[in-house]
Amino acid sequence: MSVLLIAEHNNKEVRPFTYNAITAASQINDDLHVLVLGHQADDVAKSLSEVPNVKKVIHVDNEIYENYIAENYTAAIIKHAENYSHIVSSANTFGKNLMPRIAALLDTSQVSDIIKVISEDTFLRPIYAGNAFATVKSNDKKKCVTIRPTSFDPADKSGGSAEITKSDPAEASSSTKFLKKEEVKSDRPELGTARIVISGGRGMQNGENFKLISDIADKLNAAIGASRAAVDAGYITNDHQVGQTGKVVVPDLYIAVGISGAIQHLAGMKESKVIVAINKDGEAPIFSVADYGLEADLFEALPQFLSELNKLNTIQK
Amino acid sequence: MKILVAVKRVIDYNVQIRVKEDGSGVVTDNVKMSTNPPDDNAIEEAVKIKEAGKAKEIVAITIGEEKAQETVRKALAVGADRGIHVKVDNVIEPLAVSKILKKIVEKENPDLVFMGKQAIDDDCNQTGQMLAALLNWPQATFASKIEVKDNALEVTREIDEGLETIEVNVPAIVTCDLRLNEPRYASLPNIMKAKKKPIEQINASDLGVDINPRIEQIKVEEPPKRKAGIKVASVEELVQKLKNEAKVI
Repeated sequence: MSVLLIAEHNNKEVRPFTYNAITAASQINDDLHVLVLGHQADDVAKSLSEVPNVKKVIHVDNEIYENYIAENYTAAIIKHAENYSHIVSSANTFGKNLMPRIAALLDTSQVSDIIKVISEDTFLRPIYAGNAFATVKSNDKKKCVTIRPTSFDPADKSGGSAEITKSDPAEASSSTKFLKKEEVKSDRPELGTARIVISGGRGMQNGENFKLISDIADKLNAAIGASRAAVDAGYITNDHQVGQTGKVVVPDLYIAVGISGAIQHLAGMKESKVIVAINKDGEAPIFSVADYGLEADLFEALPQFLSELNKLNTIQK
Repeated sequence: MKILVAVKRVIDYNVQIRVKEDGSGVVTDNVKMSTNPPDDNAIEEAVKIKEAGKAKEIVAITIGEEKAQETVRKALAVGADRGIHVKVDNVIEPLAVSKILKKIVEKENPDLVFMGKQAIDDDCNQTGQMLAALLNWPQATFASKIEVKDNALEVTREIDEGLETIEVNVPAIVTCDLRLNEPRYASLPNIMKAKKKPIEQINASDLGVDINPRIEQIKVEEPPKRKAGIKVASVEELVQKLKNEAKVI
């Protein structure tokens, strides 16, 4: 049977993690169909039809899908579920909110946040903030799976020409209303997909001091992250949080500044290829995962770091 | 209004867990256990709503072995009025938990059900959404702010892009983020008083729901270890290493 992937998008563009989820989904079964629920999202459907791994796009266009409401999405997905052996999405706040609602209605025990496809029914997933990996086999007939996007490469975006079929909407829920979305606009790369991430923790002391981090982020074309402590203290907004209950990032380079390295923070970044820790406490647990540790006062080290970067002839982008 | 709050007993968030050598799970014997952290936020929010005069009763529920009662007792000590302990012998999956909770909701008729957004042991992040589906109630997940209105809640949700605000009609399920509030500590007198508050015990097997596992845990193993790194002496050395050794900038 085939796999149905639920696309995440903003009605204009496909959200990047959808491409990572496509890679994982097509490892489960290569007859991969993508469901686009949206309002005037023809460009999204078209983009996804060009992904070589996608065999078919089902497009449901209705104003009730303009904003993402799990109740409305679920009703539409359930209508299509009987044709599929697996229903999958990315394990970010989009898929985490949505998939269990679908799974419960299908009487399926969901497999959350997989990092590896072992076979059609067996998957690897982290538990205990990534301090253990569990190999799990789903014995449900229909499987609901969410995919940790950073554990899979994004799929190629062009070269395919899947058929796009239109389908009717399901009934809308009257008990949930979308009111507003406060999105933080930034010209920087997205935290989840950036090649370099520089994060600040409680050691930054206040929000203004994050300028020391953003100056370096600008120079390196990096995304800015933060520990939960820094977000809780109001130094920076929640969309920057890296960790067990925030975002998981796997950049080529992760620079942790003034972050002690609690288990919950490490859960969100310890798979990064190269980790740098800058902290004045030489005993801080962050040094145990760092490839390069610098024991220093960040208020002296960060300006020096920027001036050293300025001396380089070239910087990879 | 009446609020049902679900709490789970998990390995304490500060404990560095150890994987059992036979690959059957993680070591839980003689390990400090406590309430799943965002479940504390769920209790706190319910208590705040009651203190504001907008709720009449708070019922705390847990599902688990005998000792899981400790989490209900803690909830009673910070302001829940009474408790329910549904006894199960083994670890059960979120789908089974939500089926049990549905039975309890049908019996207790709460207007709201609160719980943490995710348990820090299995990291599933499923139960609230599943319960909402089974009851056909609206869901407000990852809540960082809740405003009680007439027969509705305005909930600010933490999402990847920032914040989203939705309105859900009551009855509703809310799953709580750690930033929703600052959970209070129980005072000694309140801990003593909580000992007198009732906890009803129910055997899961009496509820007539299928709680058999659907997922086989084949093996639990340690994640690959990172190679030990080095300390650099200066910022200059750090930048040189990143440029010439790691080749990442």
